[in-house]
Amino acid sequence: MSEPQKLIIEAGRTERHYWADLWRYRELFFFLAWRDILVRYKQTAIGVIWAMLRPLLTMVVFTVVFGKLGKFPSEGAAPYSIMVFAAMLPWQFFANSLSEASNSLVGNANLISKVYFPRLIIPSSAVITSFVDFLISGVILVGMMLWYQFVPGWRIFSLPLFIAIAFAAAMGIGLWLTALNVKYRDFRYIVPFIVQFGLYISPVGFSSSVVPEKWRLLYSLNPMVGVIDGFRWAILGGDVRIFWPGFLISNGLVLLFLVTGIWYFRKTEKTFADVI
Amino acid sequence: MSDVVVKVENLSKKYILSHQSQEKYTALRDVMANGVKNIGKKLLSPFKSQHSSINTHPSNEDFYALKDVSFEIKQGDRVGIIGRNGAGKSTLLKILSRITEPTSGKIEITGRVASLLEVGTGFHPELTGRENIFLNGAILGMGKAEIKRKFDEIVAFAEVERFLDTPVKRYSSGMYVRLAFAVAAHLEPEILIVDEVLAVGDTQFQKKCLGKMQEVGAEGRTVLFVSHNMAAIKTLCSKGVVLNKGQMIFQGGIDESVDQYQGPDGLDKNNVLWDDIDDAPGNDSIRLKSISISPQRGSVIDIDSGVEITTVFYNKKAGKSLDFTLYLFTLDGVCLFETGIIISSSNDAAEGYFSTKGLIPPHLLNAGIYKINLIVGESQRYVLYKIDDVISFEVEHTATGRGSNTSRAPGVIRPQLEWSYEFLSH
Repeated sequence: MSEPQKLIIEAGRTERHYWADLWRYRELFFFLAWRDILVRYKQTAIGVIWAMLRPLLTMVVFTVVFGKLGKFPSEGAAPYSIMVFAAMLPWQFFANSLSEASNSLVGNANLISKVYFPRLIIPSSAVITSFVDFLISGVILVGMMLWYQFVPGWRIFSLPLFIAIAFAAAMGIGLWLTALNVKYRDFRYIVPFIVQFGLYISPVGFSSSVVPEKWRLLYSLNPMVGVIDGFRWAILGGDVRIFWPGFLISNGLVLLFLVTGIWYFRKTEKTFADVI
Repeated sequence: MSDVVVKVENLSKKYILSHQSQEKYTALRDVMANGVKNIGKKLLSPFKSQHSSINTHPSNEDFYALKDVSFEIKQGDRVGIIGRNGAGKSTLLKILSRITEPTSGKIEITGRVASLLEVGTGFHPELTGRENIFLNGAILGMGKAEIKRKFDEIVAFAEVERFLDTPVKRYSSGMYVRLAFAVAAHLEPEILIVDEVLAVGDTQFQKKCLGKMQEVGAEGRTVLFVSHNMAAIKTLCSKGVVLNKGQMIFQGGIDESVDQYQGPDGLDKNNVLWDDIDDAPGNDSIRLKSISISPQRGSVIDIDSGVEITTVFYNKKAGKSLDFTLYLFTLDGVCLFETGIIISSSNDAAEGYFSTKGLIPPHLLNAGIYKINLIVGESQRYVLYKIDDVISFEVEHTATGRGSNTSRAPGVIRPQLEWSYEFLSH
């Protein structure tokens, strides 16, 4: 037996044990994510292929509409479809995380009203679930690179850094929406709107270099602009450049969302069981 | 061994009852609408005092689920928490398990706590038994290695070896409960908190669960147990805490606690038990032992639940023809009906305890308070013992069969009749 730990429960007290508990329950992250993945594809005919089909078809449509019909320029020497897909990957990850996370607490209401564990685990594993989809659709990118015989440069090794930023963006905004959705169910309708709208105002179907220079700083207030630019910089290589001031603003916002998201979630999580 | 492991000081939990909305969550629309209304009001009548804005928050009412509760639990104590529905038992357990936060007060807990407020929390119907053991174990706070180590033990306890790879949605309800309890029973906490989970499952399995919990207690671990089953509480617990309307009214040995709750002057008006047969109501022929009124199904007596009335009495003189009659009255003294059973008609009733049980079907009584008079008679002619107002009970309102009308229907009875209509012509 471990040494007895003393626990004090009081109104409004933030526990010192919280982060230790989070560590103690670390396996639950993966169990919940594993459950969601297992259940999601359990009664589907083509199973995991769904995770590939959606981004693939969106990519085809965007390539035709923006690249062929709209004649938008690609970035560097990369084929237009690869440029679109390099943005589609983080965007899908972000969008799925938002929808899954915001519904996760309400969907697990019975757990919340009957068992204690750090509530942060539930939206986090929703993000992990979306990350698995991200990895699966990553296979398509590899396939496309082989098809176009496109060899990425050394910058591809910096990709994990940008994945981490995408993670932070998904978690930060996801936590805000999750906590708000418990209290105000209106967010059930707001989130799909954000996701749909965001697809067009983020540089997914086109390169962010088509945005006029004087608007780029304003445009970078969308945290996904920084993430997508980073992904393109890392994957497409060549002479793709990052618009640094915008990139910094985007990432600063990501960090701000993450910190305040955790703060707001922690502040409200003790009342979840009462209002859910 | 006498260390205090749970110390509760002035614990209160307040809920705000809103009479406006049915839903517990807030709609953003309302928050914004109220905000706009307030601004509008200020614009329209800027000199009115701030207090007028209170009116835009429709009647909110504070409700204390727990109020100023303090007690201590020592290591190795097995404590039964007793009280009627709504006395605050579940709220207390939820606060102790950190599911919800107290409004004020303080709790100090020393040791690892595991709580079992519901059997099978987190079970997913699509997953197999094996998968659910791992998932549920993780939710209850076990690590993967720990679950693996105990896996065979859990499966053996639940008796589901053959169905391990079947989705639990195909399990019978008995198997489901067994598996769920088995996982929880193999947690190894220093303090175990258990809500009314033994109410499910068959009798044999209930015994097995009680045995397992006794084992846990015997190992010197602390158990907090909530149940409406006083027999289970008496076997399992050594101490008791009695709650009534959010306040603690008694703490002490288990027998005294149960007595506080179930004795003649106890809180539990639906169950009366006379411990001493010589003090019990009765006479030279008949003595009452206990009367209990319970729902036929569910845990609350309401219009849909039906009512079960069980009376135990002692027949002191052998060789009679006994009959038992019950009269049901409204609170105003209107007799609803007389009903009863002939126990013997050939002068052969033995001396000793008899138990009678009468069932009032669902959808007969309307919501309200009812009183019972009893007569134990002989040969359907003579009264051996008669007692008026021996017990009363309340039938709670439900809106069954009333469509969108949720108010109480008028009348003493509320049958569900067969109705039909047809359209004849223009």
